[in-house]
Amino acid sequence: MNIHEWLKNNTFHYRQFWDLKHLVAEKEKRGLRVSLCIPTLNEEKTIGKEVIVFRSELMTRYPLVDELAVIDSGSTDKTREVAAQFGADVYLASDILPEAGEKRGKGENLWKAIYQLTGDIIVYIDADIKNIRPHFVYGLVAPLIYRPEIKYVKAFYERPLAAANGVRPIGGGRVTEILIRPLFSLFFPDLAGLIQPLSGEYAVRRDVLEQLPFPIGYGVETSHLIDVYKKWGLQAIAQTDLDQRVHRNQPTRDLGKMAFGILQTFLSRARRMGIVGNLPELGTVLRQFQVQGDEYKIQEFDLHEEERPPMIEMPAYRRRRGLDG
Amino acid sequence: MQASLAGRGLLLKQLDVKNMAKKKFQEILDRLPALLSQAGSCVPALLSNLVLIGEIPSPTFGEERRVRFISDRFAENGLVSGSVDEKGNAVAVLPGGRGDRSILLVAHADTGAPANVDHTIMIEPGQVTGPGVANNSLGVAVLAALPHFLEKMDVALDANLIFLAASRNLARGNLEGLRFFLQNNSQPVDAGICIQGTQLGHLSIQSLAMMRGEITCTVPEEYNWTRFQATGAIRTINEVINRINEIPLPNKPRSNIAFGSINGGSGFHRVARHAVLRFEVRSEDDAMIRKIVRQIRDICEDVSSQKESRIDLDVFAERKAGGIPFAHPLSRRARKILEILEVPPRVSPSTSEIFAFIERGIPALSLGISTGESLAFPDERVDVPPMAAGMAQLAALLLAIDGGFCDEHP
Repeated sequence: MNIHEWLKNNTFHYRQFWDLKHLVAEKEKRGLRVSLCIPTLNEEKTIGKEVIVFRSELMTRYPLVDELAVIDSGSTDKTREVAAQFGADVYLASDILPEAGEKRGKGENLWKAIYQLTGDIIVYIDADIKNIRPHFVYGLVAPLIYRPEIKYVKAFYERPLAAANGVRPIGGGRVTEILIRPLFSLFFPDLAGLIQPLSGEYAVRRDVLEQLPFPIGYGVETSHLIDVYKKWGLQAIAQTDLDQRVHRNQPTRDLGKMAFGILQTFLSRARRMGIVGNLPELGTVLRQFQVQGDEYKIQEFDLHEEERPPMIEMPAYRRRRGLDG
Repeated sequence: MQASLAGRGLLLKQLDVKNMAKKKFQEILDRLPALLSQAGSCVPALLSNLVLIGEIPSPTFGEERRVRFISDRFAENGLVSGSVDEKGNAVAVLPGGRGDRSILLVAHADTGAPANVDHTIMIEPGQVTGPGVANNSLGVAVLAALPHFLEKMDVALDANLIFLAASRNLARGNLEGLRFFLQNNSQPVDAGICIQGTQLGHLSIQSLAMMRGEITCTVPEEYNWTRFQATGAIRTINEVINRINEIPLPNKPRSNIAFGSINGGSGFHRVARHAVLRFEVRSEDDAMIRKIVRQIRDICEDVSSQKESRIDLDVFAERKAGGIPFAHPLSRRARKILEILEVPPRVSPSTSEIFAFIERGIPALSLGISTGESLAFPDERVDVPPMAAGMAQLAALLLAIDGGFCDEHP
C-alpha cells in the first residue's frame, strides 16, 4: 500500500461512524472489550467533564466503552478525587506494577495502563481537552472494530474553513511541521502521510501495544509510529479526523523541550535500525536563554528520554495475562 | 324534599369524586421519594446533556446548530414525529397510552450569550459553570433527556407529551418560536410546562404586563459641535434616563421600569454620535404599561426637540397580564409537590414563555430545575445537588396533570 492509497483508504472522519448502535453491535459480535485511559497530572478543571461525558454517552447510553480509567502521575490538586467522584476508576501510576519502579512522564502512565486495564483495545485521550465530545473516543475505536487489519488509529483535527479555490493547506502544530514531518519525509516517507503524528489521542489493539517499547517522555508518539510501521506496515495504521480540539497552547520554549525529547527518541531509533551512520554519544542537556539587564544567561535542562521495555517482557504482566501457559 | 335529597346526593357524589382525586394524588406524592432517588441516578446523564448542548452557542436567531443537536437527541430517545419547523423549533412527540390529551413541555433553546463568547462548560463536584448554563441550557438539557429519564423513573403517561425546544424566545425574539408552534400546531394542547434551568422552587403561573424596547439616540453628521450646549448621544440618553426616572410609579398595581443595558460611543475623547438604551416596563396592569410607555414616548420626543438629535423609540415586545389563579389545581398540585420535596415554593409572576400559553387560554406554569447564580454572566452557574429534586418535581407534576388532578374541575 503506497501513501496515496493509504491516505484514501485509512483516513476517516468521525461522522462515518455516527451509528453507535451498529458500532456497539459490531463490537459485541467480535467479542471485543474497550478500555479508555485518561492520563492525568493536575487536571482538576477538565477531568470531571471528560469523565461525565464519556461515562454517560459511551458506557450508559451506548455501551461501547467497558472500562474508564484515569491514571494519574501524582497530581497535587483534586484530579483523582474529582475523577473518582464522577465514576472513573482512578489509579496512581506509582501503585501499578510497583516492582518496575516509578518514572515521571506521560508515557509511563500509558505503559502502565497496558498492565492495569483489561480491554482488547485501549484508547488514550488527553485530559486537557476543553471541547470534549463522545466522537473523540468512537472515532478512534471504530476503525479497529470494523477493520481487523488496522491496529493503530491516530487522531487529527481539521475543521474545514472556507477556502476560495477549494484547496487549503492542512497539517499539524509547530513541532510537527518543523521537525517531525521533515524527519519522516527524510527517513520514513510513508509516515509523512499522518496529518498530526503527535496528537495525544489514539486507539490501539492490546496485542500491538504490549509489544511496543515506551519512551516515557515526549518521544512516545513518534516511536510508536515508527515501531508499528516497521513491524506491521503502513496498512496497520489509520487516522481519524475529529474536527476540532480546543486545548491549552504551549509556549515556544516548551515546544523546544518537546522537540529535543522527540529528536533523542528518533535518533536512537534510527541508530538501532541502522538507518543513520555512526552517531556520537547524544547529549541530554537542552540549552535555552534568558536575559537579565545586560546579562545573557544560559538555562540548562537535563532531558533524558528514558524508555520502558515492551510490556510483554514484564514477568508480572505475563502472569497477569496468563501468557506463560 | 325529594329535590333536596337529590341535591344532597349530588353533593355527596361530588365530595366522593374530590376525595378519590385527593387519594390518587396522594399516591403520586407517596411516589416522590422513589422518583427522587431514580432522578438522582439520572443526574450524570443530565450533566452530559448539559455539556453537549450548552457548549453549542445559541444566541437568539442563531439557534440552528443547537436545535439540530436536540432534534437528533429526540430521535435517539425514540420520540416520534420529530422535525425542525420553519421558525427553527425542534419538536417531537412521546405518544401516550391513550393519547386523548396532550401536554406541551417547552424549554427555550436560545441564550443571552453571543456566539463569539467561549462556551466552554466546567464541571466540578457540586456545580456547573459556563455562559447560559442556567438560562437556559439546563432547561433544554432536561427536555432532551426527559424521555430517557421518564423511562428510568418508570413514568408512563396516558397523555401525549409534546417536546418543544423553542427558538427565537429571548429579547427581540419575543417568544416567536413558541407562539408560532401554538398557532400552527394541529394537535390541541391541554396544559403546558415551561422548563427553566433556575430557580428550583420558583413557580410562575401568571404573566406580568410588559413592554420591552430600545431608545436610540443619533446625532446628525452635520451637527455643529462648536455650538454652546453641544452634547453627544450619551449625554442625551442620560437626560432621557433622568426624565424616565421621574415618572411616578404606583405601588398598586405594582410597576417598574428596568434599564437593561446601555451602549454608545467609540472611545474616550470623541463625543458619541450614537447611543442605545434597552429597557423593559413591567406592571400588574395592562393599562398602566400603556400609560408608562406613552410617557416614555413623550419624553423621547421632548428631549429630541430640545437637543436637535434624533431619538427613536422602538417597542418590539409586549405581554399582557394574565394567567391562572393562585388556587388553580395546577398551581396547588405543583406547590404541594415542592413541599413534599422540602423545597419551599415561591409563586411569582414573570414575563416568561407562559404568556404564550396564557394568550391562548391554556393552563400552564413555569418551573425551575436547580439553583444557580451569576445569571447572564460568563461565569453563570448551576448547582448539581438540587437537580434530582427538580427532575422529580417535573415527573410528579406530569403524573398529576396526566391523572387529571390539575384540571379545574377534577
